[in-house]
Parts: sequence; structure tokens; C-alpha cells
Amino acid sequence: MSAITREEVAHLARLSRLALADEELDHFAAQLDQIVGAVARVAEVATADIPPSSHALPLTNVFRPDVVAPSLTPEQALSGAPAVEDDRFRVPRILGEEA
Amino acid sequence: MSELIKKTAAELGSLIASGEVSAVEVTQAHLDRIAAVEDRVHAFLHVGAESALAQAAAVDARRAAGDELGPLAGVPIAHKDVFTTTDMPTTAGSKILEGWRPPYDATVTRRLREAGLVILGKTNLDEFAMGSSTENSAYGPTHNPWDLTRIPGGSSGGASASVAAYEAPLSTGTDTGGSIRQPAAVTGIVGMKPTYGGSSRYGLIAFASSLDTPGPFARNVMDAALLHEAFSGHDPMDSTSIDQPVPSVVEAARQADVAGLTVGVVKEFGGDGYQPGVLARFQEAVELLESLGAKVVEVSCPSFTYALPAYYLIAPSECSSNLARFDAMRYGLRVGDDGTRSAEEVMALTRAAGFGPEVKRRIMLGTYALSSGYYDAYYGSAQKVRTLISRDFDAAFQHVDVLISPTTPTTAFPIGERADDPMAMYLADLCTIPSNLAGNAALSVPCGLADEDGLPVGLQIMAPVLGDDRCYRVGAAVERAFESRWGGPLLSKAPAL
Repeated sequence: MSAITREEVAHLARLSRLALADEELDHFAAQLDQIVGAVARVAEVATADIPPSSHALPLTNVFRPDVVAPSLTPEQALSGAPAVEDDRFRVPRILGEEA
Repeated sequence: MSELIKKTAAELGSLIASGEVSAVEVTQAHLDRIAAVEDRVHAFLHVGAESALAQAAAVDARRAAGDELGPLAGVPIAHKDVFTTTDMPTTAGSKILEGWRPPYDATVTRRLREAGLVILGKTNLDEFAMGSSTENSAYGPTHNPWDLTRIPGGSSGGASASVAAYEAPLSTGTDTGGSIRQPAAVTGIVGMKPTYGGSSRYGLIAFASSLDTPGPFARNVMDAALLHEAFSGHDPMDSTSIDQPVPSVVEAARQADVAGLTVGVVKEFGGDGYQPGVLARFQEAVELLESLGAKVVEVSCPSFTYALPAYYLIAPSECSSNLARFDAMRYGLRVGDDGTRSAEEVMALTRAAGFGPEVKRRIMLGTYALSSGYYDAYYGSAQKVRTLISRDFDAAFQHVDVLISPTTPTTAFPIGERADDPMAMYLADLCTIPSNLAGNAALSVPCGLADEDGLPVGLQIMAPVLGDDRCYRVGAAVERAFESRWGGPLLSKAPAL
């Protein structure tokens, strides 16, 4: 039985903000199902007594002094923007505005 | 073809410092080489001839003014196109960043500029460094200089090919699951993954932040060490950067001696799935180390067989989060903004158009592994395997100074062979992934040609966290002994391009 169905890929694509075409859904479903089936092996050795590692280094909360440091100018920060207006990023509508 | 392109970076540095050749001559020789072979190799996504010559002229002017030059001043370098550069586009091999000019330099870029290295251009890679063949680049594959029908490894395949094809004496790469060591192995050059946190990730376009590690490519161990030392060290701009001195890697490469060291052979890396020619060359390297005075023992690291599945949960999980920044709002591509669509629709259309299949696969795989209901079984279990792998390394390094294995299970495979078979592609990183999960140092050095296909084989040398110097010490000893046996560097056996 496959773990990842076409519907599941459509859901993952929505969560990932990827507007996939129908034929891509089928292709990815088969591949993701194969990959998930192979990587599920990790559960064989991951017993309750083993602590998880999120990172290779034992670091927590690295802070720098709270002082003003050089940073990008507005022009630099906006230099790669697809659309700019009044020194700001211009974006498509964010809230639903049903006419 | 100028003889200058065959020289080592160390030789070029001293020729420039002494004034025997100018930095401009050295840069021009490499630009000429690029012009001559690039149509076949396709190592570069961008070549900045004018800016390179200007940087070289600036080094010559500093020398003329009596400035003391560093060991690599005036030496050309190619940067993997994931390091931001203010004077060149930075694309990460993706259409979503086509033509993007970063507003700031990566720390690696900045430090090497300050050391006087001359940037020739930006090298090709698998999109966002996801892949083992450079076939996932949105700008077409790079070709292995040993056999143009084969892959140069990946994801830093443009970086490895540029150095193996004598287009650049040095290049930078990044290693998340093997993306420096595997390309180095299959192109017959040297590639180093430093200890995680030993080299700064600031200005490196993120793939999997707990694994991504910048490192050097070179044609010999000493050059790799010189480059390693030039860009490494603590960086306050990267909160995971280690605030400790950089291990003395140049000194270790000079030492080049294994007498009295104990070398562990990882038992789990061999057998089924490994090419016989790779195993034969690896066995020779083991015998060579013994003949040089090392004590060789077999070591079992049972959890290493779970490293690959753990990696293909952890790396996609981190990537699904990191690549959320490509939202079509602040930089990069924007598709479908016709005034009627919402930001969310534009975002989804842009990401569908701008990302290639492997990036989409990994984003969705990571989203799946992090989903409520699946998190414990997948991401959570993978994090526990990560603990087990670190424990295996810790236990091994109680008894041995370094661990060794083949760098890759096979030599370079033909372009196209694994392009739409993700699981087959992932196997290329079987031996390199454990060191990414544990964060320790690992180096690949050439160890001969496989009998079946005459293609390069790499020897992987793994050392503890912050034991980078051991990799160079052993690597340099192996290199010296092999080169005296071969009558020169392995790369001198490559067919002329």
C-alpha cells in the first residue's frame, strides 16, 4: 500500500505554496512514496531512550551586544525586489477582497 | 596553453609575491583556459573577466607600492554560485534567482577578497545545492573533465570541474551531505568539509542550516589547506560559528606524516553496491597507510547504515523551512501578478515556475516529515539517529585518530543515468553523510583510477570535531606517497581537453 497518495501530494503542494500541474502530482506521488518508504527505516533504531539531536554543536542562544551596527540602506534592501513603491516592497493583495 | 594554469596555488602565490609573474598574467592565463574549454565543460554560470583583471591589477599595484602580500594574493578562484557576491549575479543554480545581484558579500567572499584572491566567476551547481550530479542545475549540467559524458559530482560540480579542468587553481564549495567530497572524488582532486561551524555560513544561500558547511577545492592538499585557513574562523554574523582558533591545517599539510597514528577502517562502508575498482583502490590506500607506519584497525559504526535515511528526512525538513523565503515578494522571480491574483496565488505560481523538480520534491518531503502526526516517526526518529551517529564517531575516536572509507561507492556515472531516479542518486552520498550529521571534519583525496572505467576514486579521511588538521596531515602523507608511485598528481593522467 502506498503511503503517499495523489491527494496527499496535492495537500503538501498547497502547504508548500507550489502550484503543481496535474501530471506533476502523479509523478511526485510515486517518487515521494518510494522515498518515504525507504527513509522510514530510521524508526527501527530510534528508541524512546535516545535523545534527539537537532544540531551537531551544543550551542544555545548565541547573542551579540545590543549595539547599532552597519546594515543595508533602503535602496540596497529593495534592489532585488520585483516591485517597489515609496521605498517599500509592493506586493499583491494579501487579504481576501471579494468584489 | 600557458604553463601557469598547471601550477599550484602556492606556487602562483609565491611567483606573484616575488614579482616573477604578475597577477594580471596569471588571471589572463586562466581566462584564456576558460575561453578554450568552457563550451565543453560548462563549469561556470558567470565569468567576470573584466572585474577579475581589475582585481588582479589592484594586487599588482599593491605589490609595486611595497605592500606585503599574503600567500594567496593574486591567485584566481571560482566561487560556487551559492556565495553572495556584490559584483556578480548569484543564482544558486535556480531560475527563481536568475539575474539576482546580492546587496552584500558572503563572509567567505569578503575574507578571500581581503586576502587578495581574484574572483574569476561563479560555478554551476545542483539547484540550491540539492543533488549529487549538477544535473539539477536550471542552467544545464556540468561535464566531468575526465569524460565529458559523465557527471562531475554534485552539488559543487562546477567547482570541482573548474579545478580539474585547470580553469581555476582553487574553488569554494559547500558540503551539506557530501557536496564537496563527492565531486572532488569523482574528478580526481582534493575537497575538504571543515568541521561544522569552522567556516561561516553568512551570505551562503541556505539549504539545510544545521548541515551546510563551506569548504575548499584544490588540486593538492597544501593548496586546500591554504584556502581553508584563508576563509575560516569565527564570524559574529553566523551564530553557529565556532569561537575557537582555526586548527593549524597548513602546518599539518606540511607535516604529512602518519607514523604512530591509528587509522580506523569503517567496516560498514564496503561490499554490495560498491564498485570493485573503488574497493580495490581503497584497499591499496589501506596498505599504503600501513607501509607509512600507521596502525590500521577495523572499526564498526553500526548506526552509519541509518545515516542516509536520516539525512533524507533532516535535510528536506530544513530545506522546506529555509526555502519558504522565496516568496516572490522581496527579491527574485515573480510570476502571475496581473492585478487580480492574491499574494498567495502569486507565491504558488512563482515557486512552481521557479523551482526545479528536485527542489519541489525535497520541499514536499520535508513538509511531510514535519507534519503533525508524522513528525515523531520521521523527523523525530531521524534526529535520534543523528545522536547515534555522533555516539559511533565518539566511540571510534576513543581508539583511532582518523577513520577512512571510500569517498563514494562508485566512480562518476553517465549524465542522465540517475536523473529521474532520486533514490539511486541519493546513494552517491552514502559514505559522506555521517560527517555532516555529526559535524566532524572530513577530507577526500585522490587514491587512483578504477580498473573498469579508468575514472578517479577518492579516499575519505574523517577526523573528530575541530580535528581538521588530522585530515590534512594524513591526506598530505597519502598524497605524497601516491604521487611518488604514480610519478605525479593523479590529474596528470586525465585525457587532454
